[in-house]
Amino acid sequence: MGHRVKTMKKPALEIEQLSFAYGKKKALDHVNLTIQPAECCVLLGPNGAGKSTLFALITRLYDCREGRIALCGFDIKQESLKALAKLGVVFQQTTLDPDLTVLQNLHYHAALHGMSRKQADQRIQQELERFEMYHRRKEKVRQLNGGHKRRVEIARALLHKPQLLLLDEPTVGLDMPSRQGIVEHVHALVKDEKIAVLWATHLVDEIYPDDKLVILHQGKIKADGVVSEVLQKTGTETIREAFSRLTEGMAT
Amino acid sequence: MRILHYWRALSGIVSREVWRFLYQRERFIAALVRPLVWLFVFAAGFRAALGIAITPPYETYILYEVYITPGLLGMIQLFNGMQSSLSMVYDREMGSMRILMVAPLPRGFLLMAKLVAGTFVSILQAYVFLGIAWLYGIQPPLAGLLWVFPALVLSGMMLGALGLLLSSFIKQLENFAGVMNFVIFPMFFMSTALYPLWKIKESSEWLYWIAQYNPFSQAVELIRFALYGQLNQYALIYTGAAFVIFMLLAILGYNPSKGMMMRKGRG
Repeated sequence: MGHRVKTMKKPALEIEQLSFAYGKKKALDHVNLTIQPAECCVLLGPNGAGKSTLFALITRLYDCREGRIALCGFDIKQESLKALAKLGVVFQQTTLDPDLTVLQNLHYHAALHGMSRKQADQRIQQELERFEMYHRRKEKVRQLNGGHKRRVEIARALLHKPQLLLLDEPTVGLDMPSRQGIVEHVHALVKDEKIAVLWATHLVDEIYPDDKLVILHQGKIKADGVVSEVLQKTGTETIREAFSRLTEGMAT
Repeated sequence: MRILHYWRALSGIVSREVWRFLYQRERFIAALVRPLVWLFVFAAGFRAALGIAITPPYETYILYEVYITPGLLGMIQLFNGMQSSLSMVYDREMGSMRILMVAPLPRGFLLMAKLVAGTFVSILQAYVFLGIAWLYGIQPPLAGLLWVFPALVLSGMMLGALGLLLSSFIKQLENFAGVMNFVIFPMFFMSTALYPLWKIKESSEWLYWIAQYNPFSQAVELIRFALYGQLNQYALIYTGAAFVIFMLLAILGYNPSKGMMMRKGRG
């Protein structure tokens, strides 16, 4: 709709008329969503809104049967390998190997993306330095705290220079300073690297004013726009108010 | 360029598996102690009770320990195959299976690479076991130690594919423990690992029938003949066919549109 900005580049993520059901229970209902390069899109929704389902579909854990998903113009069904090459993911649960070192974990990921040893070394250094973790590269992941593990995971997701970074509630279970750190890092990433981000959360304080805000509730998109637009449309002052108005009567 | 990508991914997956194995020292020791107990205790005790007549590939009367060694190599691989699929169930719960599945490579290739990695680890174990058995006096011809390598590759892949197939069906670890009991033990006991076929036939016709068609038996026979520098063609074809069937079903199981992942619902 109003978001189809004419750009030279293809949208980082394009979702059209996506529906998905677990048996009879509808998890996603005709979802449309477009994210442009260098756009940080925060997907806000209570637990069970369909966020995880959406992520499972984008990462091809489930196959989408109704609707279409494209990454940088590549349809994830028809050109799945090209599409996946553009994608970096941080899943909700930690997916690092606790018995291996930070470096071994990252080299494993680099290998999966076909990087040479030299390329990998260079990219790993760059990304770990960005997150101030390079000095800890030889430690076993088990020894890191939750916030540091998350930083390593984000660094890992960036190694192959994806165009779209998916973050599925990356700050769950972290203390305040670590949370803030990650929110800042990711927003800086959008600015510096022109990467597109889809960030799922149920915490309103992780949203910046110029983020794109999408509110998902019971499998439907209830709002989609820059924060100020959403506030204006709902006639509310804060995101929290807008959120509860749109998901009214429902426990979050 | 593409081939290079595949090659790097494969070596990445294999080295991850080897690192993990080396770091988990208890697992390494457990994997060795199990067959060694069978060799030193069970086989030594059975030696008196069970004489093995001359039967190919053996050219003389042999001790029971000699007979049981290929079966124990098979056992190492059987456990390893099931264990690496156990780790896949665990991996999937921990999400690292998802990381593998979002790599920009075909799923069939990724699963195959995972299998190669598991097989590689099982062959490491098998050779350490053979080394200890050698010191104990079980000394197959040196050429046999070379020939057994390709046999171990195929049998390891077949048993790993079976584990992979099971892991795509099993949702939780608890269920997996059941499968260990219902898969590993029957497969091992109803096979030629412990007794030759003709001996089984003497005691029970139906057991003979099962043992004959048990793919594990054929894997063990493949290993047994290879260890003495001979090729058992029937076992080779049978094991190869079992591998292909298990592998295709496993790939189907991990396919997002047809697979069992859907039935499992949300993770």
